[in-house]
Amino acid sequence: MEPHILSLILFTPLAGALVVALLRRDASRLIKTVGLLFSLAALGLSVWLFLQFDGTRGDMQCVEIIPWIPALNISYHIGIDGISLLLIVLTTFLTPIALLASWESVSVRLRGYVALMLLLEAGTLGVFMALDLFLFYVFWEFMLIPMYFIIGIWGGQERIYAAIKFFLYTMAGSLLMLVAIIWLGSYAASLPGGTFTTDLLRLYAIAPGIPMGIQIWMFLAFTLSFAIKVPIFPLHTWLPDAHVQAPTAGSVILAGVLLKMGTYGLIRFCLPLFPFATFRFLPYLAGLGIVGIIYGALVSMVQPDIKKLVAYSSVSHLGFVVLGIFALTEEGMQGSVIQMINHGLSTGGLFLLVGMIYDRRHTRLIKDFGGLAKPMPVYAAFFMIVVLSSIGLPGLNGFVGEFLILLGSFRSPFLDSPWYAIAASSGVILAAIYLLWSYQRIFFGKNEHPDNQTLADLNLREIAVLVPVVFFIVWIGVYPGTFLGKSAASTKQLIHRIEETRRGSYAGAGLAPGHEVRPGERR
Amino acid sequence: MNPSMRELTAIAPLIVVAGTALVVVLVDALWKTNRNLSPALTLAGLVAAIAFSFPALGDAPATAAFGGMVRTGGFTSFFTLVFCVSGLLSVLLSISSVEEMIPVQGEYYALTLFAVSGMMLMAAAGDLVVFFLGLELMSISFYILAGFARGRMTSNEAALKYFLLGAFATGFLLYGIALVYGTTGSTSLAGFPLRTGGLQQPLLLLAGLALLMIGLMFKVGAVPFHMWVPDVYEGAPTTVSAFMSTGGKAAAFAGFLLIFTPAVLLTQPALRDVLAVVAATSMVAGNIVAVSQSSVKRMLAYSSIAHAGYILSGVVAANPAGSNGVLFYLMTYTMMNAGAFGVISLLEKPDGSMLTFDECAGLSRRSPLVAALTAIFMFSLAGVPPFAGFFGKYYVFAGAVEAHFTWLAIVGVLMSVVSAYYYLRLVVLMYFNDQPAGSPVTGRPLGLAALIIAAVALIGFGVFPSVLLGLTAHCF
Repeated sequence: MEPHILSLILFTPLAGALVVALLRRDASRLIKTVGLLFSLAALGLSVWLFLQFDGTRGDMQCVEIIPWIPALNISYHIGIDGISLLLIVLTTFLTPIALLASWESVSVRLRGYVALMLLLEAGTLGVFMALDLFLFYVFWEFMLIPMYFIIGIWGGQERIYAAIKFFLYTMAGSLLMLVAIIWLGSYAASLPGGTFTTDLLRLYAIAPGIPMGIQIWMFLAFTLSFAIKVPIFPLHTWLPDAHVQAPTAGSVILAGVLLKMGTYGLIRFCLPLFPFATFRFLPYLAGLGIVGIIYGALVSMVQPDIKKLVAYSSVSHLGFVVLGIFALTEEGMQGSVIQMINHGLSTGGLFLLVGMIYDRRHTRLIKDFGGLAKPMPVYAAFFMIVVLSSIGLPGLNGFVGEFLILLGSFRSPFLDSPWYAIAASSGVILAAIYLLWSYQRIFFGKNEHPDNQTLADLNLREIAVLVPVVFFIVWIGVYPGTFLGKSAASTKQLIHRIEETRRGSYAGAGLAPGHEVRPGERR
Repeated sequence: MNPSMRELTAIAPLIVVAGTALVVVLVDALWKTNRNLSPALTLAGLVAAIAFSFPALGDAPATAAFGGMVRTGGFTSFFTLVFCVSGLLSVLLSISSVEEMIPVQGEYYALTLFAVSGMMLMAAAGDLVVFFLGLELMSISFYILAGFARGRMTSNEAALKYFLLGAFATGFLLYGIALVYGTTGSTSLAGFPLRTGGLQQPLLLLAGLALLMIGLMFKVGAVPFHMWVPDVYEGAPTTVSAFMSTGGKAAAFAGFLLIFTPAVLLTQPALRDVLAVVAATSMVAGNIVAVSQSSVKRMLAYSSIAHAGYILSGVVAANPAGSNGVLFYLMTYTMMNAGAFGVISLLEKPDGSMLTFDECAGLSRRSPLVAALTAIFMFSLAGVPPFAGFFGKYYVFAGAVEAHFTWLAIVGVLMSVVSAYYYLRLVVLMYFNDQPAGSPVTGRPLGLAALIIAAVALIGFGVFPSVLLGLTAHCF
């Protein structure tokens, strides 16, 4: 395989942002076209990467390592496994769609908008590729800047409040993670013959041996940062504000990709670096996941604003992902991975659809609609498919993820109780209630409002935006193997590593050999 | 004893800056009509000093010259670079300044150069007495510069306040030197740790070191010796504040690194703990008070107290990461803080009123370039990657964590979140507010050029910190 394919994918949007920034401010058509072309180029490259990727291997592939800050032993170390591969493809897939979706709705300061969207894409891709904690952190924080501006400049009424809340909330969590990263590096240096390092693959070998009393704090620092991003209840309060106030394309990327950075972080860092702390905390985190599932669904149900409804449904869906991760089984993990992609498609799709109706009516309140199926049959059809996918109807993508997660948590030796799965499955029913009920109120019944009777159906561009989303919703629903196959070996290896740690020597964690660690057990 | 050629080359940058200062004074007296000559000479002198300091950048940490009074080498040269950059930015901004007095007066530039030479002497000191000499040269120049906007009451107040409190603090420092001399019998910095680190330490020595520390804390503006900072930075002409808050602070930190070296701090755990508490209090107090300011300049003044706290954590760490981090931080802080003050100097009105946050509303529409530069400085001050401010913070906190001062790093990062709030407030007003109040910034090419250079350097050092780290590696 092309040795620098990852860098190529990473730097394509970055180059695009630079090129766009150099264009004339009023050449709006050119700006949009150039931005779209660069994002499509990144998509093309990542599809090629997807095809070339060896799904039978669980280790890191396409690894590039270049010394970056030799004084601190920090290097530009990137590489992917199956889990990051899927998220990279999701990112490059959603960015052109988001750009195309805002083709007409964004007209002010267009150049800045397109450039920031591309910067955001680059930052996110970097997060999914980085194999050095320092590099990871740089991308993780850097990506806040474009998102902050996108919400703050092109957002809705309360955009300033939402932008600041988003920024400060995320930064508060991640700075504690920074201290933990530094601490990890110095811990590596304090070992006999060790040097300061933030290299993830080296820390994989070192970190599990950190004494339990400290490992807990490291784990909590990392988890707090990721939990805010996911968001895990009760750290979710920034999400409704940011999602609702962001422009459509911003919401699509925020929900579709940015939230996945949190769950990805849990998988990539928390579990393998701090397995013992994970065992200790997993019942609580899985429990918070379930609270999120039910709480998010209940709050969605009473939202008068469709966009807010979709935003809270994210809390619910991400709750599933969190549950699947902390089940620590192959099924659960695979389910979480595919559910991340599903959520990107279905919630991204819902935000796109909400944006389309908002462009026409400039309202998002459910009570302002009714009987839309008549003037907008195509729109209604697309909406139905995406809603059903979000509910988890068999044959569409949502089902695959939720089923695997429920299966995984049911069988999990770590959770060791069927009640997690039972409680979580209520979320599926609640999703059906809030989504179908709102669908009914929007599309059926009498079309009474005069503005709603003359609404134009979707135009060709909007259909072009939605078709790819629906295409993959069906593909994953019918034949998930294409995608699950890529991540299977990686999840297997991750679970295997954790199992090994559990069975293996406990010397590093101050435990007697042969001592089986049970979840929640005090030591 | 005649100085040898080696010794003269060693202090060449100092000679150049001090010499230029004298020339500028003469030129100003003789050619009253030519107003561009003094600033041009000043710029030339500073650039020449940078050029002269380059050869020694890669040298061994320190070589003594002039009988051990002056040291040369990587450390000194690095600080020369910091001071000259600070001076250059300030002078470039001053030429574009709207304050009536500043752009035309020759003394202004001469005083700037004297201050720079004072700072250079401080960083080159091999003896406490020489350090004191440099400190006084710098401080006296600052006292005058702070009051340079003679027509403005606040400027006069700043000068008087700074002078009175500064003189008092200098007294502490001098008394500290006296006590140290009294107990150890020498003022030389060579072998200082050996003399102060013995088992039988008289209480008097501890008192002397503590007094020295107080004097330095005053100069860096750390809590509880920060009372002068807000009033002086706000009252002084903005370009002077840019200079004092960067070069002046850096020079005082050079003092910390020279006197309270890791070896000294490790033998004085009590002082080290005090320093840690001071660092933490500065971060907390500076950041929290900065939140409620309505004047941008005053906000920056409080934020500079907080930054003194961050940098002090690197000193407390007393390890290579901490010390190198301090150097890295000082260089980048010089660029971002001088940049931030520079933005104010471009935006403020000639009537001497303080720039408020509200006046910055909608700036991105009026002057996109200035707004973009401000955003870079603010993000860098807040410590968001990929700007250099982030790496500086990372490095000093890495030092603190390595030295088992993890709590200090945690206080630091939590306070960084607070700081993000008020730094971003400026960005919010500039970008998210649409009303285009006021007029665009026009016709300040040199000031803008200075800001662009600083911004580009911040991104460059942020993405490739190794460039600077390669220099700091030769300092200790």
